[in-house]
Amino acid sequence: MHAPALLTLDQLARLVPALHSRGYQVVGPTVRDGAIVYDVLEGISDLPVGWTDEQEAGRYRLRRRNDDALFGYVVGPQSWKKYVHPAEVRLLTAERSGHTFRILNNDPSPPRRAFLGVRACELAAIAVQDRVLQGDRYRDPIYAARREGIFIVAVNCTQAAPTCFCTSMGTGPRVRGAYDLALTELVGPGKHEFVIEAGSDAGAEVLAELAPSAPSEAVCQEAEAAVERAASQIQRRMDTTGIRDLLYTNFDHPRWDNVAQRCLTCANCTMVCPTCFCTTVEDVSDVTGMHAERWRKWDSCFTQNFSYIHGGNIRSSAKSRYRQWMTHKLASWIDQFGSSGCVGCGRCITWCPVGIDITEEVRAIRESPASSKESSHGNP
Amino acid sequence: MTMATATTTDPMLPQPYSVRQVVKETADTFTLTLEPSNGAGGNRFQPGQFSMLWVFGVGELPISISGDPAERNRLAYTVRSVGQATHALVSREVGGAVGVRGPFGTGWPVEKAEGRDVLVVAGGIGLAPLRPVIYEVLHHREKYGRLVVLYGARSPRELLYRKELAAWARQHETQVLSTVDYGGLSWRGQVGVVTTLFKYARLQPERSLAFACGPEIMMRFVARDLETRGLARENIYLSMERNMKCALGFCGHCQYGPHFICKDGPIFRYDQMRPLLEKYEL
Amino acid sequence: METLERIIADHPFFAGLESYYTNLLTGCASNVRFEKGTYIFREGEEANEFYLIRAGKVAVEIFAPQRKPIMLATVAEGEVLGWSWLLPPYQWRFHAHAIETVRAIALDGKCLRTKCEQNHDLGYEILKRFAQIMEQRLEATRFQLLDVYAVGK
Repeated sequence: MHAPALLTLDQLARLVPALHSRGYQVVGPTVRDGAIVYDVLEGISDLPVGWTDEQEAGRYRLRRRNDDALFGYVVGPQSWKKYVHPAEVRLLTAERSGHTFRILNNDPSPPRRAFLGVRACELAAIAVQDRVLQGDRYRDPIYAARREGIFIVAVNCTQAAPTCFCTSMGTGPRVRGAYDLALTELVGPGKHEFVIEAGSDAGAEVLAELAPSAPSEAVCQEAEAAVERAASQIQRRMDTTGIRDLLYTNFDHPRWDNVAQRCLTCANCTMVCPTCFCTTVEDVSDVTGMHAERWRKWDSCFTQNFSYIHGGNIRSSAKSRYRQWMTHKLASWIDQFGSSGCVGCGRCITWCPVGIDITEEVRAIRESPASSKESSHGNP
Repeated sequence: MTMATATTTDPMLPQPYSVRQVVKETADTFTLTLEPSNGAGGNRFQPGQFSMLWVFGVGELPISISGDPAERNRLAYTVRSVGQATHALVSREVGGAVGVRGPFGTGWPVEKAEGRDVLVVAGGIGLAPLRPVIYEVLHHREKYGRLVVLYGARSPRELLYRKELAAWARQHETQVLSTVDYGGLSWRGQVGVVTTLFKYARLQPERSLAFACGPEIMMRFVARDLETRGLARENIYLSMERNMKCALGFCGHCQYGPHFICKDGPIFRYDQMRPLLEKYEL
Repeated sequence: METLERIIADHPFFAGLESYYTNLLTGCASNVRFEKGTYIFREGEEANEFYLIRAGKVAVEIFAPQRKPIMLATVAEGEVLGWSWLLPPYQWRFHAHAIETVRAIALDGKCLRTKCEQNHDLGYEILKRFAQIMEQRLEATRFQLLDVYAVGK
């Protein structure tokens, strides 16, 4: 374990050039279109300096802070999956060649990227996607190529949104797991500094270049307290005790009908979810019919034809599609990949246009569990 | 942009195969035999496995392999034309190209069937993924007990492999019975659903392994009736079907409860499937 | 030489029936044979018997105007043909067409109804067996109605 170090704002500003000089494209949070999104950063001034976000179920607003914090917000509509598991990616280009066809390798290697500003829940989400896309039977070469060698600068949350529930999912607010650098921002009157720890040799090497000083015990304790404060701000809870069996045995719970009354099956929750990985494939060909491409695109289990097999859709009702999404995320994911698919980031709550709250849906089922016998009573 | 022919073994990239033969089985069902275009060795497969077949510029489909596992360098697929992509596939002419990925998925556990009676129960096009099992048993007749093939289809016109069914019926220790839901008066086989054939099956249930494939409702009836007739749930295997885009467990479409049909299946034991089969819209 | 009683006792339909009852049944039984192509009974005729099929195959058919005869089911070796003799109005509802030469044991329905009325234990044994056949046929009919091989249903 590397000892914590202290950086001033000016020292931190050297981080982006240090990463650039090592060949990384640096991506991280920035303000665009009234939201904090992830994009290429040329320097720390591209970060959402002095901005924060207000989030509630179905609501997201940016607001000015009364300081110049770089990381004074939580998570926005995007997640890092846009880089490692792109929303649209060409699987292949092929051309006709006599009676047969040739597959052409036409995509340049993705850039080596450094992720700056990865929150604890997002680090957990990356670990979840690692298990799904490269830790099971097959390795997704598209994901693997983008994932390999990413330099991760994690950030401990020092504030929480009302939609956050990472403490319930055991993922935050303190970053854990595989990062290269992890920093905690300390901002106050006349003070702006960062406690930073290296989590890898590569991280330690970059950190050394920033010429940090050694933090005092008091500063370290202040950083601890800041993260504790974020934890204590978290109001939302999800009781995950026996959640797999809870959802499996409540397949016929009337709550699914209740949520289906509200759910628009718009698929927003799956788009903003940092672990949702489903995709579809589309074929395109040019007018000559000589060239064809196959594109992989994010898909959602909320779409009607997601479950189509000749003759019809397996899950045609909104009820069944919401149930599939939530049961997969919280229950069958455990069977499939050994962990929950939910990291408690709260994006699905914020970005649901009707404010459906996954923690509330779990609570409703837990508080009035209906066995399948009870729910089918009077409906033989 | 660099343009070079792909050399990696990317599981998402189809290998070019060409159509060697097209056999019309019924009005809408065809068997295509494919060979690798580049003269390389074809992929070996286990009975019950499937491939992803790609038609250039049209689309890709999961199709069970219906050919003989002993035939190297040849892959046969029996395809029912029910949509744009299947229509494009069955319309391929001899010499035409088809992209092949795979084989994927679990096979029928034929090794577990050694020394036992083998009961094959098929409905409609469900005989296609079971035909490799029949070939396998007939090639190694001494390794298995009796082979009983029970086959149901909607009408006599929709029975697959009719000549082969007759030929198999003449094999040693082999019984083949076909039934149709709607028989014309010229039909001399059985009329009734496939479960009505169980009473004619000459095998010992307690030493039998059953492999069933067909519409999901049919498999439910079949498995339940087989259990009534003394087959243990763990000796009954079903082949499941769901939407599939990648066959690798990445696209998420084929999830069935905790299972991915593509990599955990498509062949599952009935005792694993039983709690899920009755769940509507799972 | 197999006796009639032995044949009845060995037929799967009467499996497990006590010999006292098989003996009673034998009094109502006779050996019959129907050549391929002949009709064993026709719709609307009086239903006075049922058949334990020993060999051959029978098609249960119904005719409708402007349509070809419809084959509803086939009944073969080891199965039982006909239950209209059991319930009023004792009339066949379908045709039974021997599509292969059929050897069977015919059981006289009137004779059997009388014995069942006199001996309700026998009646119960018979009804239990027919109830099972009816259940199986109903189940198969429901399954058939699902038309599971059709696309787009």
